[in-house]
Amino acid sequence: MIEKWIKRFYQYEFLFSELVKRDFKQKYKRTSLGMLWSVLSPLLTLFVMKIVFTQFFGRNAPHYTTYLFSGTLVLGYYKEATKNGMNSLISNRKIIEKINLPKYLFLLSKNVSAFVNFMITMVVYFFFCLIDGIQFGPRMIMLLYPIIILTVINIGVGMILSALCVFFKDTKYLYDIFLTLLTYVSAIFYTLDKYPAKIQRLFLLNPVYVMIKYFRTIVIDQKIPSLEYHGLMLLYAVVFITIGSIIYKKYNKEFIYYL
Amino acid sequence: MSKPVISCDDVSIIYKSGDLKGIGFKDYVLRRLTGRYKVNEFWADKHINFEIYKGDMLGIVGTNGAGKSTLLKAVSGILRPAEGTLKVKGSIAALLELSSGFDGDLTVRENTYLRGAMLGYTRAFMDEKYDEIIDFAGLGKFQDYTFNQLSSGMKSRLAFSIACLVRPEILILDEVLSVGDGSFKKKSSKKMREILDEGITGVLVSHSITQVRELCNKILWIDHGNQITFSDDVTYICNAYEEFLATGKLPKNEEDIKKLDDAFRVRKANSMREEMKAETERFLKILQEGETEPAVEAALAILRQNRPEALKAGYRNL
Repeated sequence: MIEKWIKRFYQYEFLFSELVKRDFKQKYKRTSLGMLWSVLSPLLTLFVMKIVFTQFFGRNAPHYTTYLFSGTLVLGYYKEATKNGMNSLISNRKIIEKINLPKYLFLLSKNVSAFVNFMITMVVYFFFCLIDGIQFGPRMIMLLYPIIILTVINIGVGMILSALCVFFKDTKYLYDIFLTLLTYVSAIFYTLDKYPAKIQRLFLLNPVYVMIKYFRTIVIDQKIPSLEYHGLMLLYAVVFITIGSIIYKKYNKEFIYYL
Repeated sequence: MSKPVISCDDVSIIYKSGDLKGIGFKDYVLRRLTGRYKVNEFWADKHINFEIYKGDMLGIVGTNGAGKSTLLKAVSGILRPAEGTLKVKGSIAALLELSSGFDGDLTVRENTYLRGAMLGYTRAFMDEKYDEIIDFAGLGKFQDYTFNQLSSGMKSRLAFSIACLVRPEILILDEVLSVGDGSFKKKSSKKMREILDEGITGVLVSHSITQVRELCNKILWIDHGNQITFSDDVTYICNAYEEFLATGKLPKNEEDIKKLDDAFRVRKANSMREEMKAETERFLKILQEGETEPAVEAALAILRQNRPEALKAGYRNL
């Protein structure tokens, strides 16, 4: 089984790398700043938020910049990966109609380009942490865990959304609204201290917030979250990727009627 | 005898259409609630049987909506037949509708590699063939132009050139044989002939009966999903099919096909006779009215070139 998978992947390795290249070029071709844009764009968002929330709302939690940046970093990755993934089937329909290719290739290539962007932003993030006086230590290695989990979630959600998008053309618009909502319930710019414990626990229903909190715990609080917390994250990853895979498997030959 | 490359045994394929496409959540819910949600499931192909072997070129003919494209989709593995077994041995490459599926923001070079990758080639193979492709398409100066900057003629030239490299075990041709302006058209049909002469196994769907007559050695005729016939007597079936197109009489059995073929021959012979007669009359008229020697000479020259047989008939009439 696994051998078959590896063989299949090897067979499509060339196509996959060409798709990734294409996604990158599509993204940067129209901007004169190119790759620099993926650094600048989150920085500008951060800058605006920082000004708004420190100057106007007087929030001055310790390491507020890092607090904010952790939120925008993780949420930004999630948004980019899932939004691009959502269009992966629709935008390649001309190809899917004609050639029999594994459909997840299109989704994965979008995820790779989002991941690379995320990594670039990550470098800037660490740079800001330094400025913000964050202590670096071996615990930072633990950040790999939420990154892997989030990547798996992104792929799973991307699968679900891209399939939905094939069936219902307005998924895009609804998802935009959903993302706005998600931004507000992910505690990007506010802290949860003032809420009762019960409400705080409610926030854990939001997988994106769970990832953000992990980042903050490691980076700002310099602690490693509990084992249960790791388990919860794993659960999210498994749930999303399983639902996504089932949908892809089930509708693999059905998409063609809807495209 | 070796095993068939494609064997299609009693295959039936369902195709769906209707309210599936271009519908949103709101429409879906509304239509479901009011009971106006309609999905047409129909048998696009019913009980299709054929077998082709290595080196065979199968032509599929049929009017619009006969289920030709659906059948091709099943052969290339995009659709799964609802019933029957369809076995395909070997790698398949479908020539895409020429310029669709290219990306406007990528350069000619990038698009070439991407298309090659989609058709299942390796990077090494593309590296090796790249220059040949560009050369054949005549795009040497445009390699680093983005696709949006090319004319549509250039695009289809490139698409064709990539397609020409196709050396899969099974080739699927859906109305793509030659493209471009005069000189490229000549070049491209020559290249296509070369490929086909190499004894490639393939399936061709074409509305041009002449093409099917020329290129295929097996023929499958379907009509509204029903298989009319599968045969290796291409000329015979093509005759019957052309007669069907002219008269609209769908054959029900072998006998009907025979009748159609006969009718076709009679009609062809008649029309040949008519043409010859008209030509002869024209010739005679010129001869009678022609006062100058050159006019007669010219008329004769034209006739000699166009209708030598009419000339003979004309002499007889004289």
